[in-house]
Amino acid sequence: MNGYNFAYLDEQTKRMIRRGLLKAVAIPGYQVPFGGREMPMPYGWGTGGMQLTASILGQHDVLKVIDQGADDTTNAVSIRAFFERVADVETTTRATDASVIQTRHRIPETPLVQGQIMVFQVPIPEPLRFIEPSETETRLMHALEEYGVMHVKLYEDIARHGHIATTYAYPVKVDGRYVTDPSPIPKFDNPKLHMCEALMLFGAGREKRLYAIPPYTRVESLDFEDHPFEVQRWEAPCALCGSQESFLDEVITDDAGGRMFVCSDTDYCRQHSEEVA
Amino acid sequence: MKHPQLEPPTLLEARDVSRLYGPDKGCQEIDLALYRGEVLGIVGESGSGKSTLLRLLSGLERPDGGQVIYHAHDATLDLYAIGEARRRALLRMEWGLVHQNPRDGLRLGVSAGANIGERLMALGQRHYGQLRAAGQDWMARVELDAERIDDAPNTFSGGMQQRLQIARTLVTRPQLVFMDEPTGGLDVSVQARLLDMLRTLVRELGLSVILVTHDLAVARLLAHRLVVMRRGRIVEAGLTDQILDDPQHAYSQLLVSSVLTP
Repeated sequence: MNGYNFAYLDEQTKRMIRRGLLKAVAIPGYQVPFGGREMPMPYGWGTGGMQLTASILGQHDVLKVIDQGADDTTNAVSIRAFFERVADVETTTRATDASVIQTRHRIPETPLVQGQIMVFQVPIPEPLRFIEPSETETRLMHALEEYGVMHVKLYEDIARHGHIATTYAYPVKVDGRYVTDPSPIPKFDNPKLHMCEALMLFGAGREKRLYAIPPYTRVESLDFEDHPFEVQRWEAPCALCGSQESFLDEVITDDAGGRMFVCSDTDYCRQHSEEVA
Repeated sequence: MKHPQLEPPTLLEARDVSRLYGPDKGCQEIDLALYRGEVLGIVGESGSGKSTLLRLLSGLERPDGGQVIYHAHDATLDLYAIGEARRRALLRMEWGLVHQNPRDGLRLGVSAGANIGERLMALGQRHYGQLRAAGQDWMARVELDAERIDDAPNTFSGGMQQRLQIARTLVTRPQLVFMDEPTGGLDVSVQARLLDMLRTLVRELGLSVILVTHDLAVARLLAHRLVVMRRGRIVEAGLTDQILDDPQHAYSQLLVSSVLTP
């Protein structure tokens, strides 16, 4: 496409972001500030993830974009079309074929392998934000490992609901050091972060922060001794493919209380139903 | 011949500490010592530098000159020579700070139980049942209804909030507690109950306390020793009863004589 550099961003910007990414990989879970650029999209739609994707994308990469696990939702379709246009890269919906997967709020059910890169779109990168509004203070808290307050929220959950009711953006400790927000993925996906073979990159466009979880890094979800970390469970399997292992979305089918539970990961659901058939 | 040690061990010392915001604004050339297990009152009029001194002593504000020395169990620490990490850890683990306005010291967004448990969680306590038991225990100790452990501090009265703040501070059994006008803004009957409770807790836990107040009645009830401040300097220091009954410095005399007695 004429008039644009490969993958939209100019080379200097990409270089700046890659430098940030190197630092982020060197210090797992640490939030690196970067000079966020305007993207042709409003904040909150994945500008952080897009800038990261743009700066790591090569001509031979195969890109997959998912939004809440699905390949066919607005956000996923537009971002995929965007990179097809400005970078002319191959795109796919199959998790196994992709070398770069940009995601909003899910990790694919298909296990990731070495060499793949996940790019997360992050709205609020700071896990301490809800309890400490000041940025200078939260940075100091990270630097001094003052993470006691993280448990205040979990305590409050149990006091109110009888169990830890945080179901997404569930805080994790990366490599025993930095408490990190894994972006609003359901806590169902938290165990997939632990010792993952793929590189995980996180970009927050509005907040202009990026961070990373390198391959084979310890990732622990915070919990209490007597209220250990648990993931969601469903009573019924997926109504379409019958999977009992995947994360299910509730779909309302009529106005008479009818509902069904289906896989949120459309690629996995399709593959699984083909296997069964 | 071996002499018994008569002086109790010193816990906190200020050596020639100064912090001035302008001429006579702040505090200057402060020398004082706090002995283990004692309550030291700092009295003086508004603007005399009491609160500045408290901030300097409690590690919240770096002095322009002088040293603050803390005698921990195992080491002697120069408060502003050690790193910020160590200083904040000290403040979190061995010290406590009670603010004048409980809203400054409490997290208003979370329940009373979470407020009490926060310092324990910061120390690494990760057992919900034990945190909750500690919360209930301390609610009872500061004469709050333990049934209200899940209520937000917003729903508590001013006096109750202050007691909650005290519970939240004392739950980790700090060595040293700084209190800035703990009874300010409370009505007289609530003040009396709070003072009574504070006195009991100080005795039971063997706390060392530095107490800033402009209220001489509070100082009389709680403090063992007093220092009187004026224009950023200590003008008189001594035992509480000695200062209040027989003030020597002209300003102390004025301060003591200006107390209204009903």
